Amino acid sequence: MRLNESCVVSNLTATAPQLKRTPLNDAHRQAGGRMIDFGGWDMPVQYPAGTIEEHLRTRTHAGLFDVSHMGEVDVHGPDAIAFVNRITSNDVTKLVDGQAQYTALTTPQGTVIDDLLVYRLAADHLLLVVNAGTTDKDWDWIKSHHAGEQVELKNVSAEYCQIALQGPDAVAILQKLTEVPVADVKYYHFTHGKVDGIEGIISRTGYTGEDGFEIYAAPEHAERLWTKILDAGNFGADDGVLPCGLAARNTLRLEAGLALYGHEIDESTTLLEANLGWICKLDKGDFIGRETLAQQKTEGVKRKLVGFEMTDRGIARDDQEVVINDQRVGKVTSGSPAPFLKKNIGFAYVPVEYANVGQEISIDVRGRLVGARIVKTPFYKRAK
Amino acid sequence: MANVPEDLHYSKDHEWVRVEGDQAIIGITDYAQNSLGDVVYVELPKAGDKFAASEPFGSVESVKAVSEVFTPIAGSITSINESLADEPEKVNSDPYGEGWMIRLKMDNRGEVDSLLSAAEYEDFTKAESE
Repeated sequence: MRLNESCVVSNLTATAPQLKRTPLNDAHRQAGGRMIDFGGWDMPVQYPAGTIEEHLRTRTHAGLFDVSHMGEVDVHGPDAIAFVNRITSNDVTKLVDGQAQYTALTTPQGTVIDDLLVYRLAADHLLLVVNAGTTDKDWDWIKSHHAGEQVELKNVSAEYCQIALQGPDAVAILQKLTEVPVADVKYYHFTHGKVDGIEGIISRTGYTGEDGFEIYAAPEHAERLWTKILDAGNFGADDGVLPCGLAARNTLRLEAGLALYGHEIDESTTLLEANLGWICKLDKGDFIGRETLAQQKTEGVKRKLVGFEMTDRGIARDDQEVVINDQRVGKVTSGSPAPFLKKNIGFAYVPVEYANVGQEISIDVRGRLVGARIVKTPFYKRAK
Repeated sequence: MANVPEDLHYSKDHEWVRVEGDQAIIGITDYAQNSLGDVVYVELPKAGDKFAASEPFGSVESVKAVSEVFTPIAGSITSINESLADEPEKVNSDPYGEGWMIRLKMDNRGEVDSLLSAAEYEDFTKAESE
């Protein structure tokens, strides 16, 4: 048996000889996490429970994820909102204190430097949370596009750990550890508060398609937070919170129809092609890429990101080709089994004339054409 | 520690071979299934297909990865484990039993002698995981 494709390792893999470690590295190893090189970070791809169990537990009860490798950029000063509004596609002026927003750093071509969350800490203070593998690139990009605005920029990635508690039991588990009424924190809002006495940011956000929280705190508290949350969520063998690795994080976000940087979006795909028109506020004023995106919106895109499910036996994998009427028309950006839906699903770019729900397509799976059909996304939507 | 039954022969690609007369039953080892994780799909050849030694005969997929499986000895397939189509998880739960993959009629019974013994395979996996 020889591994010929690993579908979790990001194609952003850095060549750093020394892998970076989150403050939870020891905890992952002690818990039996299988460690891999993920974009230059030494991260658990799965724990002994296995990817499928971790995925299902997050859908039915709760999962805990170390996402401390994510980067953070602090933007502080009177022009903070104006500056970030000029380099991102969504409208930062719409945020109130304590609110978060999904957005993108765009190129003049309307393609994507990175997707990120913007947290409004105060009218003159924002926190940008960016992808791990792109943190250095983003930091350089942000600094180099600073054009006289009155802001202080700081790469504060090393000053935060980030832990995501996701799933229908997330509210009940987190509430055991804090006096903050966490059920009252609205979706895509956050509050400052103490979790087991540790000061941090409690954010009602996530990347799994479930309800849940992302908690930011000083890295020296990471291990205590991690352990306390696992203890608080330990209801028994079959329904307690499980620590989850990167493989489950990937299948959960894919089922939920969420883009992953380096796969669905990158510097060659525009936001409109990626169905992210909803974060392109073309009427908000000028921002990098606005002109190109406005033109593309008027003229229409030539290709589009679609979701598909396999109709024949077989699993599509990243980078495999999409075939329609004997023509190789596009590529799979993410392909995987979907453990909760019990289907094999994926995202692919196809010419816009084929980008219709119900369109039959084939995927070239290592030389064999396997049938699939374009379906609506998200593939999975939780019951409210 | 991974389970390595005494009575089987092993390849460095983590396949096991059980000899029954002029036939060989082949699957992947406990060590292999463990490093792969949850098996969700197994692709196998058809009865009658012929393979040379070290040729890939199929693939086994986990949630996160695809691996090719190789026959350590040459022969023609007499039967495959059809039940893996619907229950691929047997490769995880019982890799040396219900998780078997193919049965083939060996071209040359002597090829088995070039495979690793259980003790040799155990040493090999220890060295590989260090």
